[in-house]
Amino acid sequence: MTDYLDGNALAGPLGEVFAADITTAIGQCAHCGLTGAIATLRVYGPEPGLVARCPGCEGVVLRMVRTPDAATLDLTGARSIRFALPPS
Amino acid sequence: METSTALTLVLKVPGWPGHLAGQHVDVRLTAEDGYSTQRSYSLAAPADGELVELTVQRVDDGEVSPYLTEILRVGDPIELRGPVGGWFVWRPTGERPVLLLAGGSGIVPLMAMIRARRQAGASTPFRLLYSVRSPDQVLYAGELGGEEATILYTRAVPAGEGRPAGRLSVHDVAVDGWGPEAGPDCFVCGPTGFVEFAADLLVDLGHDPARIKTERFGPTGG
Repeated sequence: MTDYLDGNALAGPLGEVFAADITTAIGQCAHCGLTGAIATLRVYGPEPGLVARCPGCEGVVLRMVRTPDAATLDLTGARSIRFALPPS
Repeated sequence: METSTALTLVLKVPGWPGHLAGQHVDVRLTAEDGYSTQRSYSLAAPADGELVELTVQRVDDGEVSPYLTEILRVGDPIELRGPVGGWFVWRPTGERPVLLLAGGSGIVPLMAMIRARRQAGASTPFRLLYSVRSPDQVLYAGELGGEEATILYTRAVPAGEGRPAGRLSVHDVAVDGWGPEAGPDCFVCGPTGFVEFAADLLVDLGHDPARIKTERFGPTGG
């Protein structure tokens, strides 16, 4: 559990799913309430899946498993994720 | 070749949309039996039309980097996705001074920022501290001669080097970097251990944690 990536590494895998870049979005940890860019999460993986933990409390914020024909995303550890978007 | 173990690949990507300095691509390799694996590589230079540059450090027991550095030939196709990542980026419109801390091949996305600044003719003050094992491991040596770049050798120093070999220190950042009073945007890239150490050091010196952006290299390596 000592070596990990930054949330930056989620940009490609989650770019397959979301139209906006999730790494610059601001998430709130459901465990401790810490708020910050998804890029600052600690990411473990890539096998068997990507697990992104809160840099404050190490709680799991996001999980993603990619199989050949699907992506499964578990966001129970994220209270909210705020995307900056162009004015609608 | 940049060093005996690192190579810069220039790829032609039809329809490349352009990118920001600091962004990366994911390179995917698929074997004949369908087994597939991917790694992220930082873009080493600003976009030049459909040409993009990656610098790949060979990891001897890696799955992807030995292929990219030794087997791939000019003209071979490869699959990549990108550009991705909008957080660890520098834009030439940035007005704050920039402090770049690189550990080993963590220099790659930071070099893209230096090159983007040069290409844009921006006057933003930059300082780079580049921690590297020994002189033969220095990437882009020919472009790092100016006062803005300081190479910190951790194991072996070249002849005439005044600083003894050693890891990045508070003194190095204080003398050759920017202090917190300059309010710089800080970008730190390298192996996990280096990034943790360097980011903590910046915070201890009084830098605003909100202005420190990090990018770590993975545990699985290339």
